[in-house]
Amino acid sequence: MIPFSFEYKKAASVKEAISMLDGDAKILGGGHSLIPTLKLRLDSPACLIDISKIESLQHIRDNDNSISIGAGVTHAQIAEDKSLATHCPMMGQAAKEIGDIQVRNRGTLGGSIAHADPAADWPAVLLAANAQVTIQNSNGTRTVDIDQFFKGFFETALEEGEIITTITVPKTMANQNSAYVKFKQPASRFAIVGCAVALAMNGSTIESARIGLTGVADVTYRPDNVEKALIGEDLNEASIDKSVQDVTDGVSVMSDHYASESYRKHLAQVFVKRALKKLM
Amino acid sequence: MAYKITLTVNGKTITAELEARTILADFLREHLSLTGTHIGCDTSSCGACTVHINGAAVKSCTVLAVQADGTDITTVEGLSQNGNLHPIQEGFNQEHGLQCGFCTPGMMMTAKDLLQRNPNPSEQEIREALEGNFCRCTGYHNIVKSIQYAANKM
Ligand SMILES: Cc1cc2nc3c(=O)[nH]c(=O)nc-3n(C[C@H](O)[C@H](O)[C@H](O)COP(=O)(O)OP(=O)(O)OC[C@H]3O[C@@H](n4cnc5c(N)ncnc54)[C@H](O)[C@@H]3O)c2cc1C
Ligand code: FES
Ligand code: FES
Repeated sequence: MIPFSFEYKKAASVKEAISMLDGDAKILGGGHSLIPTLKLRLDSPACLIDISKIESLQHIRDNDNSISIGAGVTHAQIAEDKSLATHCPMMGQAAKEIGDIQVRNRGTLGGSIAHADPAADWPAVLLAANAQVTIQNSNGTRTVDIDQFFKGFFETALEEGEIITTITVPKTMANQNSAYVKFKQPASRFAIVGCAVALAMNGSTIESARIGLTGVADVTYRPDNVEKALIGEDLNEASIDKSVQDVTDGVSVMSDHYASESYRKHLAQVFVKRALKKLM
Repeated sequence: MAYKITLTVNGKTITAELEARTILADFLREHLSLTGTHIGCDTSSCGACTVHINGAAVKSCTVLAVQADGTDITTVEGLSQNGNLHPIQEGFNQEHGLQCGFCTPGMMMTAKDLLQRNPNPSEQEIREALEGNFCRCTGYHNIVKSIQYAANKM
């Protein structure tokens, strides 16, 4: 399959990439969502701006209170990263479950969240991690809380002419105590349901919970009723079974040929419990 | 518009002019006649097109040739050195790791990525590493044995 013709420009810096982002141009990260789309001729941008050679987007930095991850960092880099394994284990767990090794060697964190596929893993994980997204445009940079980033089906807070530069994960007790579990579509390995949880504990009592779900609705979300129900509970099987009720409350659950609405609903319930039990 | 790229393929420096939309797998097969890299699904699912870019296994049906400018590429043709089979190739030969052979180049290149990262993988780890490579003939058992053979030899 051959895409429609397009121009190609390699950006040496984020600034340069932004200056090239006019008209019908598109950013090219790892290309592992965009190139399949172009080959199927579902999209035909006039120009691709390759940001994969921009050095400043390639690093994971271990700061005092956070870990910042460049938008161009690959899933494989995240899977191997020691500081994330310590401070936010759900990141490594999710990275290792994305696609296959070839996909993980190319696909990037920034590309995945910019794309905002409703079955992608990172949206749920970053939601649970209370991450921040740093975005650059011609006027400077702005930071968006992850709760405000995902807007809908393949839709984000990203505006025209903007590039995601960094994703920042705070070093919190909760992120240190986090887990990701996923029910995979066996061929593509995208999530039919994926659940990330981060729990702040006071001894054996849950002080606060953040839960991210992907694959369930047209956009990733937090089941806040469940997060609230968990507060003050002991982390054990009985309290998890009691608190995890109706994780799809108020959500329009997707249905497709992989999983019907009622099956997905059931899976969502099961996977929230599994994620929590992983932390027992 | 033609774009000029310079890259290393199996140790040889190559310069080419091509359209930006040229897919790396097509470039290798049709411009360089390196037809060992197979195209099975053309949709990044089957792994038959796996090559290494700077030492990492990637699906070349989902990479633009222009993205490979300045990189170092290894295809299945680059595995054997001075006429001697690479231990991975020897493993597939000794353990009967192929039937029709269509998936084999991709299997070998993924195996190479695995053995670089993990020289002594367990059977489970080998099976997991092959999750992006489909074989319609062998049932995978002998492919796993071939990679175990190579791991023991390397
Ligand atoms: C076979 C296969 C299996 C997969 N399995 C999974 C899976 O199990 N789970 C999962 O979550 N994903 C999966 N993916 C998707 C994969 O993770 C992609 O790599 C990812 O979704 C997109 O990242 P990319 O860097 O390749 O982005 P690209 O394809 O380069 O870009 C995607 C979109 O984001 C934009 N973009 C890219 N970078 C930026 C940036 N820094 N700022 C602003 N916009 C940007 C592009 O313009 C484009 O619109 C799979 C993909 C394949 C091919
Ligand atoms: S041809 Fe590239 S993955 Fe199938
Ligand atoms: S040997 Fe025929 S597809 Fe694997």
